Amino acid sequence: MKDASLWDWNPGEKEIVAYDACSGDCEWLEEPVVSPDGEKIARVAKIRDEEEAVFTLAVNGELWESTFERCWYPRFSPDSRLTALCSEMAEWTLVVDGEPWEERYGFIWDTRFAKDSGAIAAAVQQDMQYGYVKDGEPWGEFFENTNHPVMSPDGSKIASVVQTRNIPQADIFTFKEGCFSVAVNGEPWDRNFVNCWDPVFDAKGESVATTVRTSLYDYTIAVDGRAWNSRYQCMWEPRFNPGNGSVVAAGRQGGKWGMLKDDEWIWEPRFFQCWKPAFSDDGANLYAVVAPSFGRWTVAVNGKAWGEKFKQAVSDLVISPDGKRAAIIGKTDEQWGIIVDDTRWVGWFAMAYPPVFSPDSRHVGYAVERKDGQMTIILDGHAYHKDFDKAWSPVFSPDSQHVMIRCLDGGVYKRIVVPISEF
Amino acid sequence: MSETATATKEKEKDLLQPIYDDPGVMKGLEKLDEATIERVINQTLEAEGGARLKILVETCVHCGLCSDACHFFMSHDRDPKYAPVGKVKQTIWEMLRKKGKVSKEFLMRAVQVAHTECNLCRRCVQYCPFGIDTAHLISLTRRICHKLGITPQYIQDTAHSHSATYNQMWVKEDEWTDSLFWQEDESRDEIPNMRIPLEKEGADIYYSVIAPEPKFRTQLIYQAAVIMHEAGADWTMSSLPGWDNSDMCMFTGDLEMMGRLKRRHFEDAMRLKVKRIVMGECGHAFRSIYDTGNRWDAWESMPVTIQHSVDFFEELLRLGKIKVKTKIQEKVTIHDPCNIIRGRGLQEKLRTVVHAFCDNVVEMYPNKEHNYCCSAGGGVINCGPPHKNTRIVGNSVKADQLRETGASIVVAPCHNCHGGIEDIIHANHLGMELKFLGDIIYEHMEKPDAI
Ligand code: SF4
Ligand code: SF4
Repeated sequence: MKDASLWDWNPGEKEIVAYDACSGDCEWLEEPVVSPDGEKIARVAKIRDEEEAVFTLAVNGELWESTFERCWYPRFSPDSRLTALCSEMAEWTLVVDGEPWEERYGFIWDTRFAKDSGAIAAAVQQDMQYGYVKDGEPWGEFFENTNHPVMSPDGSKIASVVQTRNIPQADIFTFKEGCFSVAVNGEPWDRNFVNCWDPVFDAKGESVATTVRTSLYDYTIAVDGRAWNSRYQCMWEPRFNPGNGSVVAAGRQGGKWGMLKDDEWIWEPRFFQCWKPAFSDDGANLYAVVAPSFGRWTVAVNGKAWGEKFKQAVSDLVISPDGKRAAIIGKTDEQWGIIVDDTRWVGWFAMAYPPVFSPDSRHVGYAVERKDGQMTIILDGHAYHKDFDKAWSPVFSPDSQHVMIRCLDGGVYKRIVVPISEF
Repeated sequence: MSETATATKEKEKDLLQPIYDDPGVMKGLEKLDEATIERVINQTLEAEGGARLKILVETCVHCGLCSDACHFFMSHDRDPKYAPVGKVKQTIWEMLRKKGKVSKEFLMRAVQVAHTECNLCRRCVQYCPFGIDTAHLISLTRRICHKLGITPQYIQDTAHSHSATYNQMWVKEDEWTDSLFWQEDESRDEIPNMRIPLEKEGADIYYSVIAPEPKFRTQLIYQAAVIMHEAGADWTMSSLPGWDNSDMCMFTGDLEMMGRLKRRHFEDAMRLKVKRIVMGECGHAFRSIYDTGNRWDAWESMPVTIQHSVDFFEELLRLGKIKVKTKIQEKVTIHDPCNIIRGRGLQEKLRTVVHAFCDNVVEMYPNKEHNYCCSAGGGVINCGPPHKNTRIVGNSVKADQLRETGASIVVAPCHNCHGGIEDIIHANHLGMELKFLGDIIYEHMEKPDAI
């Protein structure tokens, strides 16, 4: 578990390490990732070797002792452990802080971290069978194929779409009978569907909902294997209400989109698009990205669309911890901006990263890239006084008094803690 | 039955043979009854035909000016069955006129026309004095076929693959990334510091391809990677579903799936925070992300800028990012893919790139936005073996065009065009070599990093 209050929140700038630092003879260092606490920067390192390909990870310039044929997908866990997917003798495993998991697989990818625990999981293939491995333990049952994995909030379960029946080549008839289901920790539901997409857990990790097609034309939602009674023209991903366990999903009727709750319309289908539903933790507020008119994008809160809109797209919707505020980043005329609580902040950028709310929900920050490629942090509408070669998304202190900027500045990776009052 | 009538019946049977050979259509028809046919047709026409359908149908004056535009018509001795207006008559008009009360025999022919005798190439639109979009009417017919469950087997299978895996060829998630690693390893023998950067957040370019590339044409990924590397591009590829930009659902009329695929593709690019998507040499995928699928999702334009390879290669040359080392001396001709020429106007950029690498270019006529389709496009080639002959016989005009150039190399910057023209070359013993732009650029560019 991460305890961010133990991180160094003393205001000031800390130079962590030179960006190209490397304790060994490296041919190259790849794209950096940085830890949530800001103390570490990691890069895949190609070690100079005349004979064979040798890779490892450089963390703050220090190479792991273990080396591999190939390393990719470096990712820090929420508690700042470094993971990477690595191979030896053409077999793959996940490596945590230089220590490989014992079991080896034909392939491994898509590392996932639990929100509320230290659990780490990844998709694996072994002998052309597919499943998941969590903290080194594989699913008991593997499948012909798996897609769309999701972890329960406490990290104890993984649900995924699984292919439960073989489909001979070009056999469109077997496919139409239904060959897909959802498995939780390797145990499939007792029912197949024509398709399943985007499974999701409820807040307690006890139930799973997923979008299904019961024929090529009929869409609905299935919860723990049981489909809703009605069928719709099309549906997107479901979400559980964390307050009462009901399930919502956007549905299409007569060419327009609305929101359904437990098979009943709660937002009449009048949007040109409606997706990415998100609840406040108490379930009182339901947000979703919507297009109230063709090509105009914003958020609807409990069915009511904001007045401010983007012309091109909305990419990320983020809800504040108290569930009362929301922020979206989006694009108009090829430039990125942000709308917070239906107010458009000044400034257009070449790129914008997902907004971050402070734990007390009072502040919003996000990383942006300017036209010249320099990046900075915008907090509550104000840009930091300095631009950087690269900046990662800001991190707030648990007491919401400070914001941490993780950045590359003049060839050095730095971690800067700024009191919000002085930003 | 009179002798003439028997002969006609036999001829019709001959004509329909590919449909008899297609279980996707035949088994689908078995399940249908008159009431279902009538209901599905009427519901679809009413809900989705709209005012546009009415206007299109009422405007047509049957003048036949569109006929000469169609390669099928020209290749079948001007048989009116193959004229654009003839195709509409054999499909949507009849459904409208009979208010959905059509027979199974009628549907057999309608599927055939819609799926295998029209490439949705939109050449005919340019010759109709009223701008009637036959391709739109044929697409609507395919939508009805989809709803009736009588889509040809092979293209239906690709649509199923899209729905289950988000790619066209049942490529599993590990197979995709593994094929990229494989190409990267191979390329390091040639360029020791070569990389195919995966999952690089904030890169300028998200490079996407169609699933046949990792499956059958991995050299195209290799070549594109070398070009990106030597051009010093800041690029990435995705390791997650969304990497495939292709879309057979657009062609089967499964528009809901088309929307799902495009959402996935664009959201994957937005997840990686790229400035633009550069896509490989594919025409239909371009149509799907640049024009059709994006709009179904209610994006008025594109959420992420889309650049076709032809456009991208021209940019690299113009900016001096890649340089010509050697030039092809043999006679080269250019095939214009409908979706990026009529659909996007890339004809001059295509020529800029070809001329930069080829000294002896000879044009086919008509060309550019007046080109004849390869006859594989619009999902026709994806209908598979039973219908192969239909598109080859239906495009003798392309064979004539190719022959007349006397060229030994044909450049076609599109996967479907490659498939179609390869078959035309083979069937007509033209002995021509077919190339992507990537083939030519890779072979003839300067590669300072190569050993
Ligand atoms: S193949 Fe092309 S020219 Fe012929 S009818 Fe179809 S869209 Fe028109
Ligand atoms: S040219 Fe236009 S008006 Fe004339 S027959 Fe063709 S579609 Fe109808």
